Amino acid sequence: MKLPYAGAIDCDLHLPAPTIAQLLPHLDDFWRDQIINRAIDRMPFAMMSYPPNAPISQRADWRAAPAATALETVQTQALDAFGLSFAIANIIHGAVALHNDDMAAALCRAVNDWLRVEWLEREPRLRGSILIHPQDVSQAVAEVERLASDGRFVQVLMLAMGERPLGRREFFPIYAAAERHGLVIAVHAGSTYRYAPTIVGWPCYQFEDYVAQAQAFENQTVSLIAEGVFQRFPRLKFVFLESGVSWLPVTMWRTDKTWRGARPETPWVDRWPSEIIREHLRLTTQPFDAPDAAAVAATIARIGSDDMLLFSTDYPHWQFEADDVLPEGLSPATLRKTLIDNALATYPRLAQEAIGGAAAIEETIR
Amino acid sequence: MSRHVVCSADELPPGTRRTAFVDGREVALFNVDGRLHALLNRCPHGGARICNGVITGIAQSSGPGDYRLERDGEFLRCPWHGWEFELSTGQSWCDPGTTRLRNYDVKREAGETLVKGPYIAERYPVVVENDYIIIEL
Ligand code: FES
Repeated sequence: MKLPYAGAIDCDLHLPAPTIAQLLPHLDDFWRDQIINRAIDRMPFAMMSYPPNAPISQRADWRAAPAATALETVQTQALDAFGLSFAIANIIHGAVALHNDDMAAALCRAVNDWLRVEWLEREPRLRGSILIHPQDVSQAVAEVERLASDGRFVQVLMLAMGERPLGRREFFPIYAAAERHGLVIAVHAGSTYRYAPTIVGWPCYQFEDYVAQAQAFENQTVSLIAEGVFQRFPRLKFVFLESGVSWLPVTMWRTDKTWRGARPETPWVDRWPSEIIREHLRLTTQPFDAPDAAAVAATIARIGSDDMLLFSTDYPHWQFEADDVLPEGLSPATLRKTLIDNALATYPRLAQEAIGGAAAIEETIR
Repeated sequence: MSRHVVCSADELPPGTRRTAFVDGREVALFNVDGRLHALLNRCPHGGARICNGVITGIAQSSGPGDYRLERDGEFLRCPWHGWEFELSTGQSWCDPGTTRLRNYDVKREAGETLVKGPYIAERYPVVVENDYIIIEL
């Protein structure tokens, strides 16, 4: 269905990833020299999970009609078209798949600075995600600390498939930094391909790869619960981006069921996993992965809460036609929470700003 | 409410368990270091005979990586799927509100008092010199 009013907060919007040439001004002399003299600037750094020419990566009508500049394109096709009050920009960049930790960290810094200078400074509705290379935890923490003072960055961005499950304690310093600074941990679909993206081995087709993303999110959900991430970081929220939604109730049920017997193995899990999931996990609405209004309503009923849904366009990925950006079957109350309230409750930094802005957001609701 | 003699105290020494049929019900009896427990011998989850379960403590933690086994001997782990029950109440640890093992009052009494009282000794001819295990249904 269409958005019923303006003022929605889009929690997953993609900006065109910067070329290496665009990043050069944001690299220091050493890395600029390395990148140029090793001809790394000719590499696309596009993520294999999102091949640039694949239909999923950009909706055809958006691809066909760019405006004069990239900024104007995003403004016309997304920010204005959907009447967004805020949009959280996620840049999925191949830097995070590099094996050279130092080069990866340098490129992540450049991507983040480029985002800040080229986008956040020019468009007040945009908010940023701090891209990190989580395999090098100390550099990832340093990057979070470096940008934390800029309130326009509202979350830290990781991929659904890295080298190790996200619940592992090695990542705790990243989560501690995020919690300390009121940042959310966002996990976006995508893989660094250290391992096969399916648990049974390497698939042949992008079609398989895309379906497998949802299973990666299931695995990450169980890892976060089993490892006690939310017992250690009780104020932390995880937002799953482009994860799909309809798999969640099955995972909640199975995790609860298994916990009853396997509980002593992870004694820090001190209440139903589904309760912890409802409190700490959020999912964006594109794609939802349910065929019709009845299935959407049934999914929300089985989740047992409508606090978990965050509106997203997933722009410019091809998830919907025309302006049918919302799943069918959301009640007016659930809709209001999904479009605005849940995001404000999830993102401490958005909420802070929206205290002044709440009135403004409210006014745009007709 | 009826009180039943289920066995003589000698037949349930500390560290042992046994079952008894009372009024058509199978009851699991445990003697854990002198503490007596009597529970319906059927797990509320899938019906396992809980007399075959493990008597243990409860794993507790203050956070990831911290493990403590507390209250050793106060919990029963079902032999089939590992659900944990508090022996003294029959309550499920994970779901105390809605899942419980039916438990019964159980005590040890001298034969001397038993021969006078209104007890139903289904199987055990009570002699004054012995102690007996009594449960209340
Ligand atoms: S039968 Fe007892 S836990 Fe399943």
